[in-house]
Amino acid sequence: MTSQIKTVGVCGAAGTMGAGIAIVAARAGFKTICFDTGEDALARARKQTEGFFGKSVERAKMTEADQSAALAKLSATTQIADLADCDLVIEAVFEDLKTKQILLEQLDDVCPSHTLFASNTSTLSITEIASGCARQDKVVGMHFCLPAQLMKLIEMSPGLNTSDESFQAAWDWTVQVGQMPVRTQDKPGFILNALLVPFNNDAIRAVEAGVATAGDIDTAIKQGLGYKMGPLELIDLIGLDTQVRLCEAFYPITHDPRAATPPLLSRMVAAGHLGRKAGRGFYQYDDNAMFGG
Amino acid sequence: MDYAIISHGPSRSFPDGDDFLTNAVREASITVHVGGGAEADTAKTAVLVELTTECLGVYTGEDAGKEGSNMLGFARYRNGDDPPSNLIELVRQPNSDEAALDAARAVFEGAGFQVAISADQQGRIIDRLVRPKYNDALRFLDEGLAAAADIDLTCRLGLGYADGPIERVERGGLVHHYEVSQRLFETYGTPGYAPARRAQVAKQRADNNE
Repeated sequence: MTSQIKTVGVCGAAGTMGAGIAIVAARAGFKTICFDTGEDALARARKQTEGFFGKSVERAKMTEADQSAALAKLSATTQIADLADCDLVIEAVFEDLKTKQILLEQLDDVCPSHTLFASNTSTLSITEIASGCARQDKVVGMHFCLPAQLMKLIEMSPGLNTSDESFQAAWDWTVQVGQMPVRTQDKPGFILNALLVPFNNDAIRAVEAGVATAGDIDTAIKQGLGYKMGPLELIDLIGLDTQVRLCEAFYPITHDPRAATPPLLSRMVAAGHLGRKAGRGFYQYDDNAMFGG
Repeated sequence: MDYAIISHGPSRSFPDGDDFLTNAVREASITVHVGGGAEADTAKTAVLVELTTECLGVYTGEDAGKEGSNMLGFARYRNGDDPPSNLIELVRQPNSDEAALDAARAVFEGAGFQVAISADQQGRIIDRLVRPKYNDALRFLDEGLAAAADIDLTCRLGLGYADGPIERVERGGLVHHYEVSQRLFETYGTPGYAPARRAQVAKQRADNNE
């Protein structure tokens, strides 16, 4: 079925993740239609994509001819009807079950019956996302890592009603575009976030419990375990508000106390200490340069 | 900065022949006790006590949150049977002597180690944070979330870890993981620290073979 995938649609393509997924598809030679609701946002994403490809050429990671070819494969639209020719549609819209369910219902009406739908959800159930859709056998989980255009890993998850054929076709496509898929069950957070969200919360609780400063915790984890980033540096990077949203997605499903929002995290978000983007989180930032713990 | 070693037995932090042992002097104002023992000596700038899973308070006694002296704890982090890492977790109490802390840091950094300061809490920093993750990974394996190789690959590719949790905890030894987790579980009582089934099996097999 992979060979039948010629055209790929990306929903939420103006977002960081969606734009990255579109780059992956176009770079591999697939006609790629970027769908989002705002023209300005799509134009910004296009400019960022051009910049990314430009840097790839500068660093000799792609030729100018490949750059031109990839950009020629990309188009943008605010009309969902323009996805009618897609063989595979990957959604990377807001991490909300209802939003994703409504999108898939709309895609059901637009796309031909053979079209595969893939969800880039990091926390929600593929089975539940597919539940309002008329083609539940053709819905798969396809969780890219941020930034998608650089990270090879994809967590691939079949829903309860996903057919083996659909899953295999989606899997084969990820290999064809140069990614590295791993198979997981359709469980909250799959592998990555199921391990990471509670671990990051534990690091926050360790700060709150006075075990060590953020700087000492990050030093210990990096030096002792060989991680590239400490957990508190990572939370600052992804945003403390995002960590709260992850907790709110996980805890009601898993009832794992480690997944519950740590009180310190709630207080820091309330105080506007959202991490790197706000200039202050577990560290303070000046012109994006980290200067203290 | 000079330091003297007082050995009470084999050291997990500094195996025989380690540069830190060979570079010690006979007499110094800083004494480093390794291998499970300690003696208070208020005349010294700092008395450093190697810890395994026990707290520093076991050696110093505690005083309703007012404890602290020139005696500090330390452990060079080591994943079970793996060679020791370059990290020293330096353990302080609420009223630890600041000059002793400065001296201890200078000794370890002078020997080329990275130092992270931890309160005297069970598991210090790394074991407190990482053992629940290993328990989760072992549980995911039992529940069929993914194959062990895929769990490890996901962490290496997706999170940039040097190795995955399954390969790491197995390499370090599941019995060691059981013992550290059980100690944490006894202290904190939270389910994340309860040793995973695979660690319990390894422990039972080790006990049966003794």
